[in-house]
Amino acid sequence: MSVTVKIPTQLRAATNGDAEVEVSGTTVGEVLDAVFDAHGDLRERITQDGDLRRFVNVYVSGEDIRFQQGLDTAVSESDEVTILPAVAGG
Amino acid sequence: MAVESLKCKECGETYELGASYACERCFGPLEVGYDHSGLDAAEVKRRIQAGSQGIWRYADFLPFTGRPQDPLEPGLTPLVKADRLAERLGLDAELWIKNDAANPTHSFKDRVVAVAVAKAQELGFKTVACASTGNLANAVAAHAAAAGLDSYVLVPANLEEQKLLATAVYGTNLVGVRGNYDDVNRLCTQLAETRPWAFVNVNLRPYYAEGSKTLAYETAEQLGWELPDRVVCPIASGSLFTKVARGFQEWTDLGLVAGEQPVFNGAQAQGCSPVATAFAEGWEVCKPQKPETIAKSLAIGDPADGPYAVEQARRSGGAIDSVDDEEIRAGIRLLAETTGIFTETAGGVTIGVLAKLAERGAIAAGERVVVYITGEGLKTLDATRDSFQMHEIDPDLDSFESEFDHQEVTV
Repeated sequence: MSVTVKIPTQLRAATNGDAEVEVSGTTVGEVLDAVFDAHGDLRERITQDGDLRRFVNVYVSGEDIRFQQGLDTAVSESDEVTILPAVAGG
Repeated sequence: MAVESLKCKECGETYELGASYACERCFGPLEVGYDHSGLDAAEVKRRIQAGSQGIWRYADFLPFTGRPQDPLEPGLTPLVKADRLAERLGLDAELWIKNDAANPTHSFKDRVVAVAVAKAQELGFKTVACASTGNLANAVAAHAAAAGLDSYVLVPANLEEQKLLATAVYGTNLVGVRGNYDDVNRLCTQLAETRPWAFVNVNLRPYYAEGSKTLAYETAEQLGWELPDRVVCPIASGSLFTKVARGFQEWTDLGLVAGEQPVFNGAQAQGCSPVATAFAEGWEVCKPQKPETIAKSLAIGDPADGPYAVEQARRSGGAIDSVDDEEIRAGIRLLAETTGIFTETAGGVTIGVLAKLAERGAIAAGERVVVYITGEGLKTLDATRDSFQMHEIDPDLDSFESEFDHQEVTV
């Protein structure tokens, strides 16, 4: 099953400039692992000790995975997984 | 030259001074790095005192090589001694209110936006934009108008009417997003990748955040070049809280002020308290929340600088507390009744937390406490509605006398 992962500008040096990566997986964790398999540099940039670094936000079709099951959040065919840097200030 | 580079707060990697905000190596937030070693404290002090009547008097500590043109300069807002408020709270302390509602668009956001818009112009942007809970919207629209730039302001569609009106009047492209602030923020982060715009709190965030330091500089200068013992400050994203601390530290390092760094007390609304919760639970990260509070200007459920705010509160021996909607309304009323300052809901949160600190005896006798009031009450009138009773009478003396007790004329 193919899922689209959106890569932010800051990480595209690690994806040969690609803004989107197509991988398979049924959970966010599996999807990210597949992305890391394709682009090894990404793993260290956005994860630490198996968890997402604290300034990395991941969304499945617009919904923050921290409101769902984190890396265990289910991903289906039509979903889009978006990686973004945490940034906020009203 | 003092301003040097952008530096990752997490891993220390440095970058050129461009429109970027996240580290490519670890995704940590970027911050402006300076080299102040060439500055002479006495000379800097003279320059400040001979400077403009606003934030640009502190240009040595802002991310520019010279003083930018700014037709709408914010800053130098009143620092007011609040003896009657201290008395009502049973505090034997030297209590000061920094009334930052007294800025061009009536909130502290004028400080950060003035810096961001000046940087946007320097970098050649023609359009500025932001994700906002309201106050930032007002400030971006106004400063863009003053600078002759186009602007796009994205806010949650359910914002207070006053804040929408006080944004739209400046001729901005006002966009109401059906979602909460965190949804708006995510959308802006995505737009920042596809539009050639300066999003003041996304791709210009490192510069924008520097504006908050001026609140610390002004406080120290207005206290006669001394530090307060304690500050009480609202927390939304956590940026203001941590930058005020950085401002005090920079001046201490340079020798402009001396002594211990202040204790930092943070204030959040119970209905959106991810930073207060992380503090209470001893967490290193903030678990995001779905906001449900009348303090909409503080309703950031996923605060990017939250972890740093928690660290700052801990390191300084302070705390981060939260108050409920009733305490927020009571805080607005208490400040108005004792100081004549009418603040918005965020100020109600801050005064509510001050009252909480007073009640639990956290503030020692003789302490010099500065409370940051960051916004204007006229922007959140709903919070005051139905909290008072008007005496309606006929236009004659009898009608008045029957409503109020008779008093003899003595003067």
